[in-house]
Amino acid sequence: MSTAERPPGARALILNGIFAENPVFRLALSLCPAVAVTTTIANGLLLGVAVLAVQVLSSVTVALVRGAIHPRVRIPVYTIIIAVWVSAIDMALAAFMPALYAQVGLYVKLIVAFAIIISRLEAFASRQPLVPAFWDGVGMGLGFLLALVVIGALRELLGAGALMGLKLFPVKPLLFFALPAGGFFSIALLMAFFNHLEHRRGGKPSSGGGAHG
Amino acid sequence: MGDRRVLSIAAVAPLLLVLALPLARPSAAPAAAEAPAITRARVLAPDRVRLWTSAPVARAEAGNFRFTERSAPDAPVEIRAVRSEADGGVTLTVGQSLHASEHYRVEVLDPPMSRDVSPSAWAVLVTVFLSSALINNFVFTRYLGLCIFFGVSKKRDTSIGMGITFTAVMMFTAIFSWAVDTWVLRPLNLAFLQILVFIGTVAMVVQFLDTMLKKTHPALHRGFGVYLMLITTNCIILAVPLLNAGSSATFGEAVALALGSGLGFALALFLMSCAREKLELARVPKAFEGLPVAFALAGLFALAFMGFSGLDLFR
Repeated sequence: MSTAERPPGARALILNGIFAENPVFRLALSLCPAVAVTTTIANGLLLGVAVLAVQVLSSVTVALVRGAIHPRVRIPVYTIIIAVWVSAIDMALAAFMPALYAQVGLYVKLIVAFAIIISRLEAFASRQPLVPAFWDGVGMGLGFLLALVVIGALRELLGAGALMGLKLFPVKPLLFFALPAGGFFSIALLMAFFNHLEHRRGGKPSSGGGAHG
Repeated sequence: MGDRRVLSIAAVAPLLLVLALPLARPSAAPAAAEAPAITRARVLAPDRVRLWTSAPVARAEAGNFRFTERSAPDAPVEIRAVRSEADGGVTLTVGQSLHASEHYRVEVLDPPMSRDVSPSAWAVLVTVFLSSALINNFVFTRYLGLCIFFGVSKKRDTSIGMGITFTAVMMFTAIFSWAVDTWVLRPLNLAFLQILVFIGTVAMVVQFLDTMLKKTHPALHRGFGVYLMLITTNCIILAVPLLNAGSSATFGEAVALALGSGLGFALALFLMSCAREKLELARVPKAFEGLPVAFALAGLFALAFMGFSGLDLFR
């Protein structure tokens, strides 16, 4: 986790979230939804947008009230802040996109237990002023959203032969990838790909230290 | 010392009350009325329904009966044959296969009487349990708790300890959340607070178990305490109350879902840890080292678990 002394710029923070500390591929955090809802791009996009909104709103809230939170009770307070925003997003999605929500509803509710959000609050938003906290939230949320869309695109293309519901092939090339087991394999392949790139650049591969939901 | 005992009794008493109340409820069922009524109705697989009546049925023919599914009350199921039984009841044979864990409604036109055919509680519990443990295994088909799944499945001992702790915590949280949801949130129309309340409940139960274990069973706490604190904000624990609330589960169903999910998770952890211990000795391509190969392994297990998808004991 980058806990820089001076707040970096917006551009650097967003790029950091998307590439260097991508929540899914690099930090290996919050993988459950990444496998669960990514059978199509649309599902991945919906959950990605929900996570982006919750991350940004919680980061901003924590950055605003961080002076008033006693360090000993910070984790429960973060949890409550996240739960409030998740409830709000959950109800908004249920009201405006009922069809998509019916497929991913449980996972939207479970955003409250995502390690990535609370770890960003702890590592970044609680120590930085409002503006960097906002951009860090945007970067992390976008990184998560892009990861979900990439996995969703791969699985929809291979599993259903379509992209965004648009038929590209007359057949389903590898139905396997739309099945539950295919989700695990897609992540395995994409992670190995990212590791391979990192090896060639001479860096350290993702350790997979994520131990939380 | 005496204070401590009183305290622990005070802490356990509400829990016992919560456990006992649902058990006490069915005994308050109303007694049979004076008018002719169907006293019992039971689905006999695969396509027969047995009715016990307080007064003999006037005409034992198909036109005298109406049989519907609860989910489709306007579409009567075809009745193929009616057979009178020695005790005054009848057995209906219908034109479709019935399921022992579904709800149906049977009506008699002459004399007029009706009854809901509820599934036997046993069949429902076994179905919910099997479904959550094997068919909809949390890890392999619902993809919940993946992070903790990959985090602790490296060693067999750890995975067994974690599996037991998870099952216990799931049971406790499911019971508490069910009670809060049924008796507080729903009557007061506060269902929109579910997420907030359930995550609080999970945190509370974990803290409670931690404190209790530390005082009463220090040895057990040394073994499982580490896992307990890891659990607090984990999606797999939170999913059980949310699923229960979403399906308006009864107390029995809630407990069966929690137990099935917990044991299913424990099974998944155990299988995975056995395979990963062997994996330590294998030569894995460099790019796949660590998590990627673990994911591929989980994919293979998921493929195997797909074989359970047709499992149904009551069909």
